[in-house]
Amino acid sequence: MDLVSILLGGLAAGMVLFIVSVGLSVTMGLMGFVNLAHGAFAMLGGYVIVYSMRHWGLAFGAALLLGFAAVAALAVVLERTLYARLYRATELDQVLFTIGLVFVLIALVTLAVGPESQRVVLPAWLDGQTDLGFIKYRTYSLALIAAGTLLMLALWLGFERTRIGAKIRAAVDNRRMAESVGVDVGLLFTLTFALGSGLAAVGGGLGAEILGLDPQYPLRYLTYFLIAVAVGGLGRVTGVFFAALLIGVLDFTLKIYFPKGGTMFIYALTLVFLLARPQGIFGKAGA
Amino acid sequence: MKTKKLLTLALAAGCFTAAGALAQTVKVGVVLPFTGVGAEFGQQVDRGIQMFMKLNPGAFGPYQVQIVKRDSKNPSGAEAKTAVQELIAQDNVDILTGFIYSPDAIASAPLVTAAKKPMVIMNAGTAWITNLSPMISRVSFSMWHAGHAMGEAAAKSLRAKTAVVGYTDYPPGKDSLDAFKRGFEGAGGKVVDAIPMGGPGQVPDFTPFFQRAKDKKPDVFFVFVPAGDHAVGVMKTYTALGMREAGIKLVGPGDITQDIKLQAMGDSAVGLITAHHYNADLDNPANKRLVAAWKQEYGANAVPDFMGVQGYDGMAAIAHVVRTLNGRIDADKAMAALKGWKYADSPRGPIMIDPQTRDIVMNEYLSELVKVGGRLVQKNIGVIPAVKDMCKELKEGKCAQ
Amino acid sequence: MSRPVQTAVQELAARHRLRWWEALPWVAGLAAYFLFPGYLAFGTQVLVTILFALSLDLVLGYAGIVTLGHAAFFGAGAYTVGMLAAHWGWSEPLTGLLAAALVAGAVGLASGWVLLRTHGLTLLMLTLCTMALLEQAANMFSGLTGGFDGMPGLAFKPILGLFEFDVLYFRSQYLYALAVLFACFILVRLLVYSPFGRSLTGIRENLLRMHAVGAPVRARQVLAYAISAALAGVAGAVFVHATGYVNLAVLGLERAAGVLIILILGGHGRLYGAFVGAIVYMVLEHTLSKAYPTAWQLGLGLALMLVALYARNGLLGLAEDLRRRWSAR
Repeated sequence: MDLVSILLGGLAAGMVLFIVSVGLSVTMGLMGFVNLAHGAFAMLGGYVIVYSMRHWGLAFGAALLLGFAAVAALAVVLERTLYARLYRATELDQVLFTIGLVFVLIALVTLAVGPESQRVVLPAWLDGQTDLGFIKYRTYSLALIAAGTLLMLALWLGFERTRIGAKIRAAVDNRRMAESVGVDVGLLFTLTFALGSGLAAVGGGLGAEILGLDPQYPLRYLTYFLIAVAVGGLGRVTGVFFAALLIGVLDFTLKIYFPKGGTMFIYALTLVFLLARPQGIFGKAGA
Repeated sequence: MKTKKLLTLALAAGCFTAAGALAQTVKVGVVLPFTGVGAEFGQQVDRGIQMFMKLNPGAFGPYQVQIVKRDSKNPSGAEAKTAVQELIAQDNVDILTGFIYSPDAIASAPLVTAAKKPMVIMNAGTAWITNLSPMISRVSFSMWHAGHAMGEAAAKSLRAKTAVVGYTDYPPGKDSLDAFKRGFEGAGGKVVDAIPMGGPGQVPDFTPFFQRAKDKKPDVFFVFVPAGDHAVGVMKTYTALGMREAGIKLVGPGDITQDIKLQAMGDSAVGLITAHHYNADLDNPANKRLVAAWKQEYGANAVPDFMGVQGYDGMAAIAHVVRTLNGRIDADKAMAALKGWKYADSPRGPIMIDPQTRDIVMNEYLSELVKVGGRLVQKNIGVIPAVKDMCKELKEGKCAQ
Repeated sequence: MSRPVQTAVQELAARHRLRWWEALPWVAGLAAYFLFPGYLAFGTQVLVTILFALSLDLVLGYAGIVTLGHAAFFGAGAYTVGMLAAHWGWSEPLTGLLAAALVAGAVGLASGWVLLRTHGLTLLMLTLCTMALLEQAANMFSGLTGGFDGMPGLAFKPILGLFEFDVLYFRSQYLYALAVLFACFILVRLLVYSPFGRSLTGIRENLLRMHAVGAPVRARQVLAYAISAALAGVAGAVFVHATGYVNLAVLGLERAAGVLIILILGGHGRLYGAFVGAIVYMVLEHTLSKAYPTAWQLGLGLALMLVALYARNGLLGLAEDLRRRWSAR
């Protein structure tokens, strides 16, 4: 199998991982909050996107925007009412809370919609194959690669070049100092949480074609999201980007040549990598 | 004060049980995953049970049936075992049924042997499960039913010479591989590669595995993945890689064309050939009736699938036992009644419980997916009647007990 | 009682800080045997989980190491006993427990030595990956382990040659689990109140100061990790003895995450948090799922959220807060 196909396949898989996990990295890095319910926001977004396309006939792009907005709004409500109370709590209590929240959300979705997985109907322009000249490849994978890269650039620009981005980076690096300089950290928290969850929602919708979409989604893929965040380094958008791509490509390649190894490779590679570089790709040493 | 309340409660409970005994209530314990990854399947089997009760109100004669449901939660076997133990020790059920996952049935086998309670398996497909206890009978399938049949059909009907097998790396997958290989090579074909494709827990990206299969250029690519979302991924990858244009036919057991997932596969699935004991498009009066009633009860988009039918037939078996034994369930007599039981009115055609192995004997239908009026429909292209579980017939591996 | 014996007992109680209510869990455990004879299979599962949670408390509550991979050791012990019985015909339960403890402890020692250089999210992910690797390995060598379908029909010799395992009513299994739990609890309690245990608390509370005092921090952490792993292995072994069946789920994330939630719910670093957490969580889950087979996760999730929001350290922490408020009036 030629190298380009392998690369494209791995990149596409990695992009989905990136889009869902980047929100988790930022919230965990900025807020220091262990939000294990992140996958649930992705799931909710996926459901909103699929349903609005199926029942209201929304176009794919419009559905993605709706998913982002709806879940971001929900995230703001939850953050102000519940999450904010646990900022001072121990990590363990945050784990307990967010796992409880996941159970509640899974149960609510199952009761409302049923346990069946949802089908995604891609618009015609995303289906089938595209001829790139040197290779014909699945259009949707190419679209994912493009979308992920654009998103990464947008986030990077946002964090590096805007004032709000600077404030967020400051708060991630040293919250106390940022507060004493007059940064409204509480507002930043809410905004970042909304952004992170909204991105997860978009990821849930975009990835539904590959990862599927059913009430068990939040728990099934939690490990992968956490791995991408840990390997990328907390709070580092570029870190999560490269980590997710690396995981995607390596997993893909190894599965072709050593199918017996199965999912072992991701875990083994993560293990070796984190032992060699505990702070992740771009994390601060000694963090 | 509290003692008095307790006494009253106990008395009431006693009266209820006594009244129950008078009305000959048969208690059936149903162990299914109602939550967790198997919730979808549990729901299908549960609906099948309810459909049977609805469409055959006289099936149990004058006897009452009380269904006690327990959630088996996850496929670890431990929850199912605890549920079965309590159904036996606390709820005093007469018959146990359900069991989607093989570990659930395997873990419960010693319990039903010790307690002498008949266990009617409505899904769990590992071939040697029925050997684990004389109390176990199965109305669903073993991986060998479809796998072996497909292997033979691929060699004989499709005239394929070479095949690559892709399978999810866990016992039903390996069973399917062995079954297909036996059937295919027994009919003159050759399996050139067997590719394990990840575990049952998550749907992997099938692209690397399918690419490897494509490079081997076989006539036929036999794929087994667990029923559910894996199948949808299989179809999409097959199309995305252009394997049909490369002349590689995709075949598999009906697990990959489960009716509740079928329409999600889209046009990419047209031409897929499967062998299975049931699909919702089977043309017989019992099935037409079932599909119509199902849609009326559960919505126009709902559809019975092989798991739903297994729930249906399982209740038919239990009804037979209840009527034959006049509502008094004795384990040995129940097993005797089940052995050799024939049911001509099943939505999947005539079925029978093999008196030797207590496993199911049924037709395997060869089907091709076609598009009719914008919907995917299974077109029947062949029938293999009265297929037994070949694993136990040929005494392969662990089946040789 | 004669005077020397009386003072000896008082002396013993004083030295180990035994309080009268510490006998309650064991009395309750025995009472449950007589009061709920139909629920002993469930009761055995609760006892196994208590032991597992207790082992986790040793590393989490006392040494401050947060791990999502503790099922690796539970599974190591479980598979040791399973494979000994299935492949090498060794089905004596008590020596099986010992073997399980040794194997699990060795795995804990090795992984602890390598992993405990890191902390925080990194350590969490590393423990998770180690456990996941073991699970994949168990699936790969399914000839030995039975893979997804597991090893069915494991039969064990009677305990001490006298008490047969009761397949249907789990009577001997329950008492066996209770006895093993009791023995392990004594061990953990002694450990926790010993100088070794105090140093663990020191490491948890103020790592820098412990380094400054010259305490062998890494060595202590690894030792605690290994002992905890051995105990988790014993829990896994009792699980297999009781259910006669082992499959991949013993190494799964669900079990590891479940025991973590249980410990947090009960209250960590308090020895009895494991008891409270396991009993409350499992009884709640059991009763809810019987009453509402499809919707019980909702109630359980809400309960977890409420405890996280209003209790500072699980249910035991909540009880302490209430007691303090009561006595402050």
